[in-house]
Amino acid sequence: MRLQVASQLAIYALLELAADPDRQLSVGEIGAKYGISNHHLAKVMNVLGRAKLVRSVRGVGGGYHFSGNARRTTLLDVIELFEDFGAGRSDGNAAGAPGKTTGEGRALAEILREIDEIARATLGSITIATMLKIVERHRGGSPARANVIAGRG
Amino acid sequence: MPSAKKQNRNHSKDQDRPLPQIRRVQMDDLDGIIALDQRVTGLAKRGYWRDILERYGRDRRSELFFLVAETQDQNKLIGFIFGEIRAWEFGSAPCGWVLALSVAPEARLHGVGEALFEAISAEFKTGGVDKMRTMVARDNRLHLLFFRGEGMIAGPYIELEKDLD
Repeated sequence: MRLQVASQLAIYALLELAADPDRQLSVGEIGAKYGISNHHLAKVMNVLGRAKLVRSVRGVGGGYHFSGNARRTTLLDVIELFEDFGAGRSDGNAAGAPGKTTGEGRALAEILREIDEIARATLGSITIATMLKIVERHRGGSPARANVIAGRG
Repeated sequence: MPSAKKQNRNHSKDQDRPLPQIRRVQMDDLDGIIALDQRVTGLAKRGYWRDILERYGRDRRSELFFLVAETQDQNKLIGFIFGEIRAWEFGSAPCGWVLALSVAPEARLHGVGEALFEAISAEFKTGGVDKMRTMVARDNRLHLLFFRGEGMIAGPYIELEKDLD
């Protein structure tokens, strides 16, 4: 499966900011790390701002900082700000899909729905805090480096 | 049970609240477990829990683990976890299975589930396995979020089922 570019940028930006909620980063600083144009990232940050996941700070040294709840915001919450990730998104029975009324078409749609449901469950079960732990693991560092306090059951 | 005692740190990392005591279950815990389960699930299953406690409290203590969490000050039961080390077919080596985990609603988000999870992880490791698994309904967001937060990822098996006509 693939995510739209805007969804990916939003996740990257949130991970950068949530790793240290006290830190402010500009669009340019985030964009430079991921090779993203400021124009594209600025549009993504506006959407995140409207969702109250980031807050902009104006003036010299301004930028964005994380204002969401890293333990409650899942990847699915972020992705759905930018794209329709509802069950049946790759449904072979969507309007215009060839063969949708045939037994074969319905069988294929059933399999695609199953894949969609698993994808939704996976993305809906991983919070920004959990992602930060995974990021640290890939860096070979200790999860404790992230200032965000990860979920405690 | 030395590994569980390791979990008895003084305070949780993010709350000024003592972490729970973690210990092996005893038959005296039966009423507390039934009451906690009934509060969470709405079902009272006395016979079921009696059977579980008899099995997990007595047999194969190096493979079957039923741990309870209780408050340090009042010894009130606020959570439990149970699981076992077992082999599996289809080429799966023995691993630790978490079969149930429950935390009293008022005690959630204070590290109780994490303490139970870490305690049973230590038991599994002492038991000689290097992997643990569990199975959660994919629409059970609460449990999925918790286990993901504890570092669990999707495993190599897919659960399959079939309606029996």
